[in-house]
Amino acid sequence: MSEPRTIIEKIWDEHVVRREPGEPDLLYIDLHLVHEVTSPQAFESLRMTGRRVRRPDLTLATVDHNVPTTDRSIPNPDPLSAQQIETMRANCKEFEVPLWDIFDIRQGIVHIISPERGLTQPGMTIVCGDSHTSTHGAFGALAFGIGTSEVEHVLATQTLPQGRPRTMAVEVIGTLQTGVTAKDVVLAVIRTIGVDGGIGHVIEYRGDVIRSLSMEGRMTVCNMTIEGGARAGLVAPDETTFAYLKGREFAPAGEDWERAVERWKALVTDEGARFHRTVTLRGEEIEPHVTWGTTPAQSVGVTAVVPKPEEAPTASARETAQRSLKYMDLKAGTRIQDIRIDRVFLGSCTNGRIEDLRAASKIVQGKRVAAGVKAMVVPGSGLVKQQAEAEGLDAIFREAGFEWREPGCSMCLGMNPDILLPGERCASTSNRNFEGRQGAGGRTHLVSPEMAAAAAIAGHFVDVRKL
Amino acid sequence: MKKVSQVAGKAIPLNRADVDTDQIIPKQFLKRIERSGFGEFAFFDWKKDPSFVTNDPRHAGAPILLAQQNFGCGSSREHAVWAIEDMGVAAIIAPSFGDIFRTNCSKVGLVTVQLPQQDVDFLMSRSEELPDAPIVVDVAKQTVTVPGTGWERRFEVDPFVKHRLLNGLDDIGLTLQHVDAIAAFEAKRDPLKPTTEGAFKETAKFG
Repeated sequence: MSEPRTIIEKIWDEHVVRREPGEPDLLYIDLHLVHEVTSPQAFESLRMTGRRVRRPDLTLATVDHNVPTTDRSIPNPDPLSAQQIETMRANCKEFEVPLWDIFDIRQGIVHIISPERGLTQPGMTIVCGDSHTSTHGAFGALAFGIGTSEVEHVLATQTLPQGRPRTMAVEVIGTLQTGVTAKDVVLAVIRTIGVDGGIGHVIEYRGDVIRSLSMEGRMTVCNMTIEGGARAGLVAPDETTFAYLKGREFAPAGEDWERAVERWKALVTDEGARFHRTVTLRGEEIEPHVTWGTTPAQSVGVTAVVPKPEEAPTASARETAQRSLKYMDLKAGTRIQDIRIDRVFLGSCTNGRIEDLRAASKIVQGKRVAAGVKAMVVPGSGLVKQQAEAEGLDAIFREAGFEWREPGCSMCLGMNPDILLPGERCASTSNRNFEGRQGAGGRTHLVSPEMAAAAAIAGHFVDVRKL
Repeated sequence: MKKVSQVAGKAIPLNRADVDTDQIIPKQFLKRIERSGFGEFAFFDWKKDPSFVTNDPRHAGAPILLAQQNFGCGSSREHAVWAIEDMGVAAIIAPSFGDIFRTNCSKVGLVTVQLPQQDVDFLMSRSEELPDAPIVVDVAKQTVTVPGTGWERRFEVDPFVKHRLLNGLDDIGLTLQHVDAIAAFEAKRDPLKPTTEGAFKETAKFG
């Protein structure tokens, strides 16, 4: 009888091409997702070294980070963005990599388009030159972000040398209150472990709360794993996973489906398997969360006040908190619900899926965005947009005063014209509240889609549980 | 990758925790398709403050960057590493690093040294007080020393990263020596795993 293993170790071991003492394992990569921002230098280096893409058939490219979210029939006004997108096209053509380009209905944020077509499947290794690649872990895949040198490595060899990670179990037990979402769960997790708590680890999310989440919710949780310092986080596949995948374009069909499901069912952590670290949260204790600072761990429940820096546990945390408050122009002791906002951003690889738009639309239906607030919805993909329009969600948002945009990363990182002006305060469903992330001098509060929608209507944060 | 065995010189004491890669190189500079020339944009927003440490002429040209915990967290953008490298920095010393950032450093030959908090704090205050006093990072010996003081600390480095740093080895070239093992692995891969061939198929256009 072999040693009990975690799901993380099982997926890892199955992908080891070569193992030698004193060297990192050489891991095979099942799927490499590519986008326009972190790939040009990798392709250029392939050209310079005369190397080819080893497996274009395990590679998929799209453009998402800097595409405009306005009318695409108008030429891109930013010559540098246009050049980067054009470079992606030329590289895909030269290296025979499939590309879902801006006029393709399947285009969208790289971490949304692969799952929604059924390309992300349990037990796979998935990489992309983007730290939110952890999203795909929701399907029980080992998925992590890489830099451009590693992008080149995977293009050339379909493998990556990787040191074996430590493992962490994050258990969320019990049940969630109504109005508390996957976003609040992951913000609570990051607040608990800290922005560096997951360094060197891969996380398995476990417990009844995680099991009860939809695939969209699990993607939201896994997506923000990197904000807690861990490169990858995953959820073991179960009936929810199989039901989501069945019938999707790239999922196995017919007899293959049954055989695939049998294999996927083995992807669970064995009884008695040991994690290097275990963290447990109680679902009942999680409130809707709002970040107040400039790291994703600086959050509190919506009924709380902005904390006092002097109450932070370490000297360095106190200093960081002081800097954050200054940047955010907030005073300790201010009630979260008294913080007024100027902008609302609904979208991103964290919360730009159909379920997120449905949840937010229920809150804005029949209401108006508060005077002085500018709100926008950026669907995560062309297919999310199409589905939302078929359900009439675009009309609900438009009638409430939201702008309804074309798909892309948009104001999550503000590489395109969708940015905050200096001093503007935004309720955002994205993943990073770093200084200047959404525009130099902009102030970001991370929240769930429901909380963002409610803030758009009220003009300040409100407790969605009371609506 | 270039060879690195030792980095010696003064340091830039960047005394902040959780410095994310958005601060190191803001998004507007990620549109460039080149790999060089990012140094002038490093810490672009922070540098607007005249008192920011990289503006201090006493630390100009330093080959060592001192930082606090979780340095390089956030986005996977390797542009952050290229920017720091382009500033003339060859080694970073901190209590901890973001995982992806640290890996990216190892790919381009930027040395990352993890030392306990009190040791980083010591080097940080020394560099603030005596900006010209050199620090020596020795990759082969795995030590950080402050010449003339007897202060020496050993650091851990992944043996494979050390081997590549000391010999300036190209990671991809090393992996391609095992192309037979890769092919053998591919031959026995689960055929149920998806491919992206179907992604070439045209679908309805929109927009």
